[in-house]
Amino acid sequence: MRMPRLTAFLTATAVFVSAFTFAAQAAEEVHVLNWKGYGADEPWAVANFEKATGFKVVNDFFNSEQEMLTKIRTNPGLYDVVMINAAFNDQAMAGKLIQPIDVSKLSNYADIAKDKAGSPMLNHDGKVYGVPWVWGLTALAINDKSFDKPPTSIAEMWDPAHKGRVIIRDDAVEAVQFGAIASGQNINDIKDMEAVKAKLTSLMPQIKTFWSSENDWNQMLASNQIDIGTYWSGSADRAKTHFKLPVSLVIPQEGAVAWLDAFSIPVGSKNVAGAEAFINYMIDPKFYVEWVTKVGAPVSANTKAVDALPEDAFNRKVMGSPEVAKRIQFQAPVTDEQREKYLALWQELKVNVK
Amino acid sequence: MADQLAIGSRRGLKPALPLLLPAYLWLTVAIFLPLSAMVFFSFMTDLPLAGKEWAFTLGNYAAFFSQSLYSTLLFASLRLGLEVTLWCIVIGYPAAYVLAKVLKGRSREAIFLLVILPFWSNGLVRIFSWAMVLREGGILDTALNAVLPFKINIDLMYSYPAVIIGLVHSYVPYMVLTCYLTLQAIDDSLIEAGRSLGASRRQVLWRVIIPLSMPGLIAGAALIFVPVVGSFMEPRILGGRTGTFYGTVIEDQFVAVFNWPLGAALSFILLAVVLIILALAAPVLRRAA
Repeated sequence: MRMPRLTAFLTATAVFVSAFTFAAQAAEEVHVLNWKGYGADEPWAVANFEKATGFKVVNDFFNSEQEMLTKIRTNPGLYDVVMINAAFNDQAMAGKLIQPIDVSKLSNYADIAKDKAGSPMLNHDGKVYGVPWVWGLTALAINDKSFDKPPTSIAEMWDPAHKGRVIIRDDAVEAVQFGAIASGQNINDIKDMEAVKAKLTSLMPQIKTFWSSENDWNQMLASNQIDIGTYWSGSADRAKTHFKLPVSLVIPQEGAVAWLDAFSIPVGSKNVAGAEAFINYMIDPKFYVEWVTKVGAPVSANTKAVDALPEDAFNRKVMGSPEVAKRIQFQAPVTDEQREKYLALWQELKVNVK
Repeated sequence: MADQLAIGSRRGLKPALPLLLPAYLWLTVAIFLPLSAMVFFSFMTDLPLAGKEWAFTLGNYAAFFSQSLYSTLLFASLRLGLEVTLWCIVIGYPAAYVLAKVLKGRSREAIFLLVILPFWSNGLVRIFSWAMVLREGGILDTALNAVLPFKINIDLMYSYPAVIIGLVHSYVPYMVLTCYLTLQAIDDSLIEAGRSLGASRRQVLWRVIIPLSMPGLIAGAALIFVPVVGSFMEPRILGGRTGTFYGTVIEDQFVAVFNWPLGAALSFILLAVVLIILALAAPVLRRAA
């Protein structure tokens, strides 16, 4: 009689202890997947967050949205927080890669701009699958040394004066949408693909090389090998503020592609509480102001965070101006068929360049 | 005598089994199983991850033939492989000859070390070092302009020659090593005999040395040609806008668009093409060897 009870007791204790230690171990770490050098891995931010909450942040990085999706698909349960461009949120949700977020746990969520928080790209069946973090533009950035006066038109990229000194990102969707803007079309509803193709074909001889990470872009500029290229607004700000490079962002009169970056929690996350705490910290005005001042950043989705910036700050004055808002086009989800079509076009262009 | 040999070889397999087992077990687990999985993937419409629907298809292989893009790239990659192999022979063979026949003792060891040295450094480090050398305002440009009386502009970075330079640098040690081994095995008295019978230096080279070292040349060429055709790192970093090759497209399928089935199919087409080339070349090469 005694033996089984003792055994049961011991087993229960063992299970309890192991479960407890397992939980304690898992609870310590928050695994974050994001672009490198994109806010979440700033040492001061990580230190502040760890001090305030006791969680330990483990950062991992990706170089393209597809790589990010590949990483969460092939490592289920590894990541707790993942930064997903809103245009890819649909795909991640449909692939059952991310789970609904309990926004009542995020004290800063209420301050997020209503149009961003309510975006149909991030909300499915009344559940929130992505917390808007920052938004920005894929516009042009110039080498200040090569221009007396910043250009206003996208046509500058085709100017023979810049032959061999133009750079664009090696990304099919971005290239095609850029071509759509250059040929005066809606980026989310491209009617005339031939016009896009013609525009990009004539751009190819101008190009020095393709960039894939911020670091590529900044190094090309630092060694004075480029005049002008497509760049992300936050990255251009960072290159100027943090790396002290002679870079200026240009929002061409023809328009620019706008994107919204949001945080999601992958299915199978071992530390949902830690993930919620981290996301809440990322949308906090205090973090944002420090990020902009110290490093340079895109525009926060949190209205209180933007209002906390100085009145003449680029992210408040220019990016917030109604005149700019009229010109930009927000990126909508791209279907797999479209993506494959864009990729085929992009590969063809790259092959024909030889 | 013949009987004894036969018994010896029949006996040979059993005692050899425990010695062979670790290697074959490793090959099965590390090479054969993943490769079979890739063959399987290449016939699928989609990866069976996250409960996605999938079916068997030949579409991935058909994609290669339906778009001229892939065959164009495959030809470009084969050409790249041939050019790099050729340059490796031009640079590596004389170096191997000098190492094997001219230098002795300490100096041979020192030169040998310099040849092997690139092997000990990481491939990415080597490529980025080339990037610093080749670009406009880089080490080569600055050095030449400092020495030369007139101004020249050297900007090889992001071009086809840059890819060739990077690949030749990575692979030339293979050629030096394989040629060195066969050249060293050539008995010096054969060369002396040829000379004493009235052959010129050139004749000795063409009639004695090159034929006898052919196995090393061929082994080196095969070791270089096959990986260069599938290379993607060097073209991507050094090639810039001209850096799209068959290997980079395969890499894109795996890393950028997550189309593993198409990537696997393209890889196996490459494997088949390389095997066909080697098979076609085999009779010629065997005669030469």
